[in-house]
Amino acid sequence: MNTEYVGIIFIYLATVALAIPLGKYIAKVFKGEKTWLDFMAPLERLIFKFSGIDPNKEMNWKQHLKALLTVNFIWLVYTFFCLLFQGKLPLNPDHNPSQTPDLAFNTALSFVTNTNLQDYSGESLATYYTQLFVLMFLHFVSAATGIAAMMVVFKAMKDKITDKLGNFWDYLVKSITRLLLPLSFVVAVILAFNGTPTSYKGKDTVIGLQGDTVHVSRGPAAAMIAIKQTGTNGGGWFGTNSAHPFENPNYVTNIVENISILLISIALVFALGYYLNKKKLAWVIFGVMTVGFLLMVFPSVTAEVGGNPAIAHMGISQPGGSMEGKEVRFGPAASAYWGITTTVTSNGSVNAMHDSMMPISGMAQMFDMMINSFYGGVGVGYLNFYIFIIIAVFISGLMVGRTPEFMGRKIEAREMKIASLIALLHPFIILVGTSLATYVLVHFPNVGWATKPSAWLNNPTYHGFTEMLYQFASSAANNGSGYAGLTANNIFWNVSTGLVIFVGRFFPIIGPVAIAGILANKKFIPESAGTLKTDTATFGIMIFAVIFIVAALSFFPALTLGPIAEHFSIK
Amino acid sequence: MKTYLLPSLKISIILLVLLSGLYPLVIAGIGKFTPGHGEGETVEYKGRVVGYANIGQKFTKDQYFWSRPSAANYQADAGAGSNKGPSNPDYLKDVSARIDTFLKHNPDVKREEIPAELVTASGSGLDPDLSPAGANVQIPRIAKIRNISAAQVAKLINDNTEQPLFGLFGPPRVNVLKLNVALDELKK
Repeated sequence: MNTEYVGIIFIYLATVALAIPLGKYIAKVFKGEKTWLDFMAPLERLIFKFSGIDPNKEMNWKQHLKALLTVNFIWLVYTFFCLLFQGKLPLNPDHNPSQTPDLAFNTALSFVTNTNLQDYSGESLATYYTQLFVLMFLHFVSAATGIAAMMVVFKAMKDKITDKLGNFWDYLVKSITRLLLPLSFVVAVILAFNGTPTSYKGKDTVIGLQGDTVHVSRGPAAAMIAIKQTGTNGGGWFGTNSAHPFENPNYVTNIVENISILLISIALVFALGYYLNKKKLAWVIFGVMTVGFLLMVFPSVTAEVGGNPAIAHMGISQPGGSMEGKEVRFGPAASAYWGITTTVTSNGSVNAMHDSMMPISGMAQMFDMMINSFYGGVGVGYLNFYIFIIIAVFISGLMVGRTPEFMGRKIEAREMKIASLIALLHPFIILVGTSLATYVLVHFPNVGWATKPSAWLNNPTYHGFTEMLYQFASSAANNGSGYAGLTANNIFWNVSTGLVIFVGRFFPIIGPVAIAGILANKKFIPESAGTLKTDTATFGIMIFAVIFIVAALSFFPALTLGPIAEHFSIK
Repeated sequence: MKTYLLPSLKISIILLVLLSGLYPLVIAGIGKFTPGHGEGETVEYKGRVVGYANIGQKFTKDQYFWSRPSAANYQADAGAGSNKGPSNPDYLKDVSARIDTFLKHNPDVKREEIPAELVTASGSGLDPDLSPAGANVQIPRIAKIRNISAAQVAKLINDNTEQPLFGLFGPPRVNVLKLNVALDELKK
């Protein structure tokens, strides 16, 4: 058991140790300073030349958003039609069928938005073409979209009164060539050497030692799994994601993949410090995020290592903790730790089935997604946090009777309206979605749909309710992990979560970019004795309180009906 | 809008070539130099491929070490977990039934010696491993049915146990397929 604790402590410390220098490197890349990956420059020039883009043309915040939304729209249409006709497209050695329109709709929205909720299994409802040329492609570009949006906010905070916020295409391409692609390459090679398949061959058939015939799905999975982790995407090659022994073959790959989940998200916090030359602010943000993160890790690890009381009751031993839905090679500690890392970021990959975890873990995982900014997804995690900073500044300003200012700009009614709307949107779509599903389930359990609502849930009572709440929290947070027992591949769930995913992605990008753009245009007020200091521990506590109060007040009733009730009912 | 539409299209095309075309091809090229040549590492017995080292398979016969229960019945093209919640009464009945089955096939084992992993399904449905405890508890059955000494079986488990990484990180484990192949090889 001790080696399991040492394992997860090592994973966390290694992540932070790598994230600090990586953050410094990212700041250099976007400041245009020299780095050792400058040999990528000719490739970038080729991309821009082919696309007819001048990467030095400065854009204002509205132009940024137009470029971002246009290119995302193209990806959405492309993805939808590829999935709809994948059965007829090349690179389909296993002869898998096309996706139905509602599944394609959900999958397209889910992958364009970096969510990767998967209502399908890669083994049977995707082809090598759609895995590589659609889904993995989106892994890269959706992560790059998040980073590009965040860079606009960084740039807006950096310069005094400006309209010039850099070039969207430049941010997008450099996020890929300087960060996502090189990191993924390293991770993919490590995976390949530890047993993850890389070849394009289809299923293999073998007769096992006991005489059973088995068909083994394979494919060029290593490349995709690497970017699925580094880009906080989470959409795996195989249906059971990183619990699958090809997708995550041993403890080495588990360490590497788990570091990759958090790495860029944490690095971007430090990048902010280096980029703005406000290292103290970066540490305050990192501190708040880390406290929130650890507050979730401890209960979940304790619950999983402690085992299921209902099984202990049967008189057998649980030396390996609660093992339902878990793999022996990871054990309960590393499974619980992964579960928290994947939900604090918007990753959503899993190395154990969350649906079978203890209610305390389920609550921690959902709470992560309800807050959605303790580290958060690449780029967008910081954008969410930025909203909470704005609110915290405003409230603190009112409390001490000073004009609320952040980074030398007054925060006024217009910005506060946007920030409040974005902060409230998240609980709104989660709770309304869950209520709608619950209403349909209770009042129309046997309505004549292809999948009747009465067949949605894999578990009764409180846990069944949690399956629905989790699905909407995961969609709104663009996380993509799931209580996989929920029968989600049907019109109701494909469409409703598809819409929630869409709203949960683009508004929280548009809002912060707009606020930052508006603030950047305001008069710069130099810091004085009257300025509320934002890079102090006191302010950190203030942000934490704002996050906690908003999330707790919004979600506590729903959590009570699900995991809390289940926790107290297990005997 | 036109200012953005054309560059959007073109940049998508060239990024597709780079990210979806070239990148996985390069990884596949490197994969050729890995132990399984990028196709998954296989295990052989008497010159015949009997499975993939990383993909667990079903073992239910008494003369083999049992692998963990699987919600996917070890179908390696449709892996799945049970996704049963810890409080689900039907699920708890399943677990209870598995305990009874195990006790019936292993009469020398006391109830409190059964580790939970042997009566709970894995996440992937393809878990290739057992913990040393999960293998050790099966020693009396294997020894009796194969007519070999318990010490011999225990040594086999020990030889096939993979210790935590660098002795520090993660749990120890035993690959069930490799262990069973070693068991069959002992016979000849």
